Amino acid sequence: MSEQSIFDRLFGTGAHALTIDGLFLHGTAKIEGQEAVVVGTRDHAAIDGALALRIADAILHAIRDDAAASTPPRPIVFIADTQGQALSRHEELLGLNGYFAHIVRCVDLARRRGHRLLTVISGEAVSGGFLAYGLMADRICALPNSQVRVMDLRAMSRVTKIGFERLEELAQKSPVFAPGAENYWRMGAIHEIWSEQDDWALCLATALAKVINPDERASIGLERGGRLLAAPTAKVVANS
Amino acid sequence: MNGKQISYLEASARKRLSGMVDAGSFSEFCPPEMRQTSPHLALLDAPLAFDDGVVVGRATLEGLPILVAAQEGRFNGGAVGEVHGAKIRGLLDKALIERPAAVLLLVDSGGVRLHEANAGLIAISEIMRAVLGVQAAGIPVFAFVGGSCGAFGGMGIVTRLCTEVVMSEQGRLGLSGPEVIETVKGVDEFDSRDRALVWRITGGKLRRALGEATLLVDDLIPAFRAAASDLIARYRVNPLVPADVDEMFKAHAKLAERSTHFADARDGKEIWLATFAEASRVPDMTVAEFNAKLGVKV
Repeated sequence: MSEQSIFDRLFGTGAHALTIDGLFLHGTAKIEGQEAVVVGTRDHAAIDGALALRIADAILHAIRDDAAASTPPRPIVFIADTQGQALSRHEELLGLNGYFAHIVRCVDLARRRGHRLLTVISGEAVSGGFLAYGLMADRICALPNSQVRVMDLRAMSRVTKIGFERLEELAQKSPVFAPGAENYWRMGAIHEIWSEQDDWALCLATALAKVINPDERASIGLERGGRLLAAPTAKVVANS
Repeated sequence: MNGKQISYLEASARKRLSGMVDAGSFSEFCPPEMRQTSPHLALLDAPLAFDDGVVVGRATLEGLPILVAAQEGRFNGGAVGEVHGAKIRGLLDKALIERPAAVLLLVDSGGVRLHEANAGLIAISEIMRAVLGVQAAGIPVFAFVGGSCGAFGGMGIVTRLCTEVVMSEQGRLGLSGPEVIETVKGVDEFDSRDRALVWRITGGKLRRALGEATLLVDDLIPAFRAAASDLIARYRVNPLVPADVDEMFKAHAKLAERSTHFADARDGKEIWLATFAEASRVPDMTVAEFNAKLGVKV
């Protein structure tokens, strides 16, 4: 499906004004008649410092513009399509982790200023690139066929020195290490996965209405049976 | 035990922790006796640790209440799995209840634990939100980086979300480790065996010169302790006020300026030239000399 037809399905034909510039995507769109800010990466972007700054800049401008307006802060929809962080000596030298932390602070400030934050995974959501903004939203939704992972199983097998067949077999039973949006759903980090048949505009509006502020992903993972220890362990420590 | 002359780099997580807080003041949460090990490592027949590689608890420093977490780099490279991450997140949740003078994170981690990669990635994102939640409540969170695994992957991002970042020269901070970049992009991009180069790209002096670390200290447990206690005192006088949008725009401009100024830089030497009068001497400078000469280029 083309990018434009994805936007049409998400926001309705003619109800979005999104500018595409290289790997960056930015603009506004209507969700049930209400304006939302849209910020994202595309084409499986490897996120480097320059792209990180563009994402942060878009968020900061939304916060500042809405603070000056008389209307409530607009929701921010992140469209996440990233193969992860850019791998380069130059980026590491300048401190790419610091650029990512900057985005995260901007996302967090937006949350505290009353912007509802929703991520739509479209394509890939991988490791550090996913951490930088997509995983920081209040509610995270995945389009069908989204690829979500830290590392593919072959690379994981090489690094951990555990046989590929063994990992493949265990991946059938456990959501804990293998790639897949369903695994992240079971563990509570993806709230919903939409199907090809769904009305995505309706899904988006419904999801936005469900946005809540506290981070309840560990309890959701417990309910869904994919992450049994995170919530209880955190509780043991917090109540010590 | 006052930890005199004990290298922070070479010490275990428990040794660092006990040297950084008031003697006898530490009480551990979810201690090894609870045997909260990782079921995911067990499933893969990988070695287990009764604390899952992180020590968390309450202590005092110069009599003031603190909460503290110390990652053990010698266990799985300090990598974050489900239990390990949940212990840190729980500690941050506790900070909102107890309101300590500060939370200390003794980071020593390569990032996500691959044996439970999804759980680790999600746990780090939860830690990230919690670290910012604690600071939004006016409680400072300090990161200390001087262990053999440094602070990489998601823990490199967590470190930079902290109020202050204290490093030793031997500490390393980044996102992708040199080995990962070499494996994917080739040895010409980053030779991970060139130790001097690795330190010029990720080490404490480089990070301090860029402003990614806010303090550089000697590789001694008492030096880290003194930094922690100075910072706590400083934030008691001038309490933490979370950044507003104007300050975030300023932080943004600084990063943009760094990207422009060092658009083609690939070696820490280029950063020394911009920040030190005697750039070639930087690797040989003592920490005291480095700190005295930083930013006073003529």
